[in-house]
Amino acid sequence: MTENTALRVARPAARTENGRRLHGHLKSRLQKGLVYGAAAITFAVLLFLVAYILVNGIPQLKPSLFSWTYTSENVSMVPAIITTVEMTFLALLIAVPLGLSTAIYLNEYATRGNRLVNIIRITTETLSGIPSIVYGLFGMLFFVTALHWGYSMLSGAVTLAIMILPLVMRTAEEALMAVPDTFREGSFGLGAGRLRTVFRIVLPAAMPGILSGVILGIGRIVGETAALIFTAGTMAQIPGLLQSGRTLAIHMYVLSGEGLHMNEAYATAVVLLVVVLLMNLLSALVARRLTKQ
Amino acid sequence: MDKIQIENMNLHYGDFHALHDINLGIQEKQITAFIGPSGCGKSTLLRSLNRMNDLVEGCKITGDILLDGEDIYKGCDVNLLRKRVGMVFQKPNPFPMSIYDNIAYGPRTHGVKSRARLDGIVERSLRQAAIWEEAKDCLKKSALSMSGGQQQRLCIARALAAEPDVLLMDEPTSALDPISTAKIEDLVLELKKDYTIVMVTHNMQQATRVSDKTAFFLLGEIVEYNDTETLFSVPSDKRTEDYITGRFG
Repeated sequence: MTENTALRVARPAARTENGRRLHGHLKSRLQKGLVYGAAAITFAVLLFLVAYILVNGIPQLKPSLFSWTYTSENVSMVPAIITTVEMTFLALLIAVPLGLSTAIYLNEYATRGNRLVNIIRITTETLSGIPSIVYGLFGMLFFVTALHWGYSMLSGAVTLAIMILPLVMRTAEEALMAVPDTFREGSFGLGAGRLRTVFRIVLPAAMPGILSGVILGIGRIVGETAALIFTAGTMAQIPGLLQSGRTLAIHMYVLSGEGLHMNEAYATAVVLLVVVLLMNLLSALVARRLTKQ
Repeated sequence: MDKIQIENMNLHYGDFHALHDINLGIQEKQITAFIGPSGCGKSTLLRSLNRMNDLVEGCKITGDILLDGEDIYKGCDVNLLRKRVGMVFQKPNPFPMSIYDNIAYGPRTHGVKSRARLDGIVERSLRQAAIWEEAKDCLKKSALSMSGGQQQRLCIARALAAEPDVLLMDEPTSALDPISTAKIEDLVLELKKDYTIVMVTHNMQQATRVSDKTAFFLLGEIVEYNDTETLFSVPSDKRTEDYITGRFG
């Protein structure tokens, strides 16, 4: 009886082991296929997008699109390019010091379980989930109207700064957290204070991570339209701090919205692509310089 | 007088009583080893000597720790204390910067700016840590490109560059291979001429090879403290005997 059961158990077991091996082999091939497939699709979509923009946009690039001032005849994008760079710079100027300092406070100074820390974390998480149109509305009601800043670069930049603040802060915090404690211990052990430890050891080590947050921030600023239409307006000019200006993204939105200048909109898309690339490259260079010191 | 005098010291991590009534005198220009099983408090005591435990939340210390007769927990600048009492950690932890900048970090922290003086300090420290020959041609290279054993000697050099009196070493060879370990042990014996050294070790052979005095820790207490030779040959406490003969731990 016992022998019988043993046999009966043994045979299917042997069979399933073979089956399992075959099954495992198939499974790993399937997984491999899925992974490669996903990568290929992602790459193909990106390639298609870039190619589509380039094919449609490059033939439309005309010298008149790059005249210094905008008229409704030349539809020049130069003011928009300058506005984009200006807007990015202004918004980062506010958001990066603020976000980075907050991250440093949360990660290097605050004691664990501090209530303020929890409040700040919850606030940032909430902020990062709000659609940009809501920021735009808030910016319009508060900066444009209540503070009388009008439709201006300042209103737009401050609104965008608030919008990307959670992103900059969270990535900076992650980057700081990833710096091994042994570095901090080593520095303290040599008699360095907290400030020196943070600025000489922790920040340089965290710089690549912090920068990736800044680059993501740049991406959001450059691509933003909803929050800016309500705060910076759509004037096509090279704006001062308290003047209205339109970034490339808004320029595109206006052109394609009017429907009269689709070709110019494609040309703008090409330039936008190049501007984003250049800005990312520039920040990578800056980061490398900073890390070296 | 002892270089470091610990009197009736107790240490709590929150509710956990980690060190009980520690009394210990550490003599100048000698090597004192702390041995004992994991979690017995030897590293904790070591880290109290340069107040690294201040960084641990919920850590409370009572009693006195005197360095040259001065209480290090009362009216003493922590950063100056850590300059006088250098530390070498269990895992080599060079900063992600050049070899030169690693060594110069301590002196720069304490206000040395002149390039010539820094050059001098870097060379002297690297020589003291017996790594000058290997490092002199690549001072600009990242310290992370060195091997584990070299990194640890670099960390010793870095600690020496701050011109300490006392050197604390927390299992400095536990992450290293036997050859690197032997080099560090030789180095420690050499450094004894100029520095007071306190060393935590898991390795009893290491304690017998290098130390003059040994303290045996168990469950947050010092069971026995004596000349290394005496402690290992005729331990006065049964628990010490059990531990050093390998009956537990």
